[in-house]
Amino acid sequence: MAAQTLFEKIWESHVVRAEPDGTTLLYIDRQLVHEVTSPQAFEGLKLSGRRPRRPGATLAVPDHNVPTTDRSVGIADPLSAIQIRTLEENCRDFGITLFGMNDIRQGVVHVIGPEQGFTLPGTTIVCGDSHTSTHGAFGALAFGIGTSEVEHVLATQCLVQKRPKTMEVRVDGTLSELCSAKDVILAIIGKIGTAGGTGYVIEYTGSAIRALSMEGRMTLCNMSIEAGARAGMVAPDEKTVAYIKDRPLAPKGMLFDRAVQAWQHFKTDVGAAYDVTVTMKAEDIAPQVSWGTSPGMVTGIDQRVPDPRTITDINQRQSTERALEYMGLIPNMPITDIKIDTVFIGSCTNSRIEDLRLAAQLARGKSVATGVRAMVVPGSGLVKQQAEQEGLDRLFKDAGFEWREAGCSMCLAMNADVLQPGERCASTSNRNFEGRQGAGGRTHLVSPAMAVAAAVEGHFVDIRTWK
Amino acid sequence: MQAFTTMTGLVAPLDRVNVDTDQIIPKQFLKTIKRTGLREGLFYDWRKQKDGSQDPAFFLNQPRFQGATILLTRDNFGCGSSREHAPWALLDQGFRCVIASSFADIFYNNCFQNGILPIELKPDEVLAMMKDVLSTPGYQLIVDLGNQTVTTPNGTTCRFDIDPFRKDCLYRGLDAIGLTLQHEAAIAAYETRRKAEAPWLFADLRS
Repeated sequence: MAAQTLFEKIWESHVVRAEPDGTTLLYIDRQLVHEVTSPQAFEGLKLSGRRPRRPGATLAVPDHNVPTTDRSVGIADPLSAIQIRTLEENCRDFGITLFGMNDIRQGVVHVIGPEQGFTLPGTTIVCGDSHTSTHGAFGALAFGIGTSEVEHVLATQCLVQKRPKTMEVRVDGTLSELCSAKDVILAIIGKIGTAGGTGYVIEYTGSAIRALSMEGRMTLCNMSIEAGARAGMVAPDEKTVAYIKDRPLAPKGMLFDRAVQAWQHFKTDVGAAYDVTVTMKAEDIAPQVSWGTSPGMVTGIDQRVPDPRTITDINQRQSTERALEYMGLIPNMPITDIKIDTVFIGSCTNSRIEDLRLAAQLARGKSVATGVRAMVVPGSGLVKQQAEQEGLDRLFKDAGFEWREAGCSMCLAMNADVLQPGERCASTSNRNFEGRQGAGGRTHLVSPAMAVAAAVEGHFVDIRTWK
Repeated sequence: MQAFTTMTGLVAPLDRVNVDTDQIIPKQFLKTIKRTGLREGLFYDWRKQKDGSQDPAFFLNQPRFQGATILLTRDNFGCGSSREHAPWALLDQGFRCVIASSFADIFYNNCFQNGILPIELKPDEVLAMMKDVLSTPGYQLIVDLGNQTVTTPNGTTCRFDIDPFRKDCLYRGLDAIGLTLQHEAAIAAYETRRKAEAPWLFADLRS
């Protein structure tokens, strides 16, 4: 048999039927559902009299709208409350498992999937959310879809797809201390651009990727969509197996052993060809800070804000000028001179226990700078519980950080956690688009370590030399 | 879904690159549980000035672009969030066609689910049209899906590529789920085979 890439193996094992022109009916093993992109899908099912084909293949959770403050008082915003109630009603009507707002297992959809053992190697996973790429960290083909396709998968457990191209992003070498998966993916996006991965599925390879923990790989794959790729993936290995073992929804006993055996297949064969390969050296990656309004507008902490006058391409120059105006930054100013008002540690990119452990250790014995508001939003109720058992909440609170309930929170500010116009935020989330964290708000994307240092100093600092 | 065959429409220009779906429809409009009525949120932040009043310079606020049914824009349109509210808002505003030099994948796909035709043209073709739209009041384009062409007022015709299956579905206004359900036997056969190969994938998450 011809040598195949990881992607090709997953794709081929999910083809229900293929037309001569390549149009493929692809089987979807599992779907995650949240409150924002599902109401119209369930409404569509009701209007057409259709039922979910396999309700037991879908898991639902509210995350975007949930308050990160005391939930016993309910949701102040009536529209948010209706959306969450609608999800509860739809799950009840269609027999779908829901982790409700007051369930300890509730959390950001892309945190709870892996946490519960829902996410498995070699599977196809979709969700009406672009950061579904996160689950590719397990060697799954996982991608975001629109609401019409959420309905399509509920009704048929399939999607009509054209086979994407494959891109290898190979990162070899050793990251410098306190440089993280977040810095790697931001540097990759800075290199290939926000449309560089359009039409591709990315497989991340190389020694620096292998060295990442499972949670680091999730951070990496999470932002594949910010490079334009609907999916990113890392081949499963012994770390993957160890992470999955004994999780609530993972196979157990002999079935687990059989699954582990099958997962050995899911790696790219020697001699298999990708359509494109991009390489980077881990040693070249400095802690990253985004300066603009697109995740590709990013640079190392030891660099300066770009000067549009030195950019020859007119489109690029205009978009840089526009971004700097929105961000209120001066060309050529050192990144370390950028002062911040707010710090947000959270989101499906960086809100897992390892992120919180590292952030808490760095915050230990320090204080958030005067005038800076800093908040920590764990990725799930279980992450929060774990962190509290380890005393991380005390370290954060003692340093002046707010410690909150789990949810998407200020990553997209659909709940009450919103930036004010002009407010500048160091954020561990994934998008620095205009207004993403609140109309007029200014977002700088960074790693959790860089966010803590910025909170303490009131401006960005190089975490590699920070004392 | 409404079929799309040919249309002649007034063109509205959005001369920007990397327009993300957070700009097309900001988050506060995603709390709806309906597909309709999203026009109010379309480019909400860009339509307004700093004091909150409508910005007369923004294209959608200009009288000459009222009634536009074709949106002309630049590279990587619709990047970011998968929200289908973006095509819903464009449709609610009256746009049936979006022409750009490139699209983000999820947005491109979402258009087809809603009877909107996204057309990718070469960057120089888009730039030439952009210039003409701005200098020519009442600028219209003729879009012909069957022949895969866009024709300008001076008679220049640009050809575009489109996946044959998507073209057929849009041209005939087919129900995508209904089409898939015609393959019920193939889906069931696949499930039977996979259940034997990988039974752990069929564990019921409800139990």
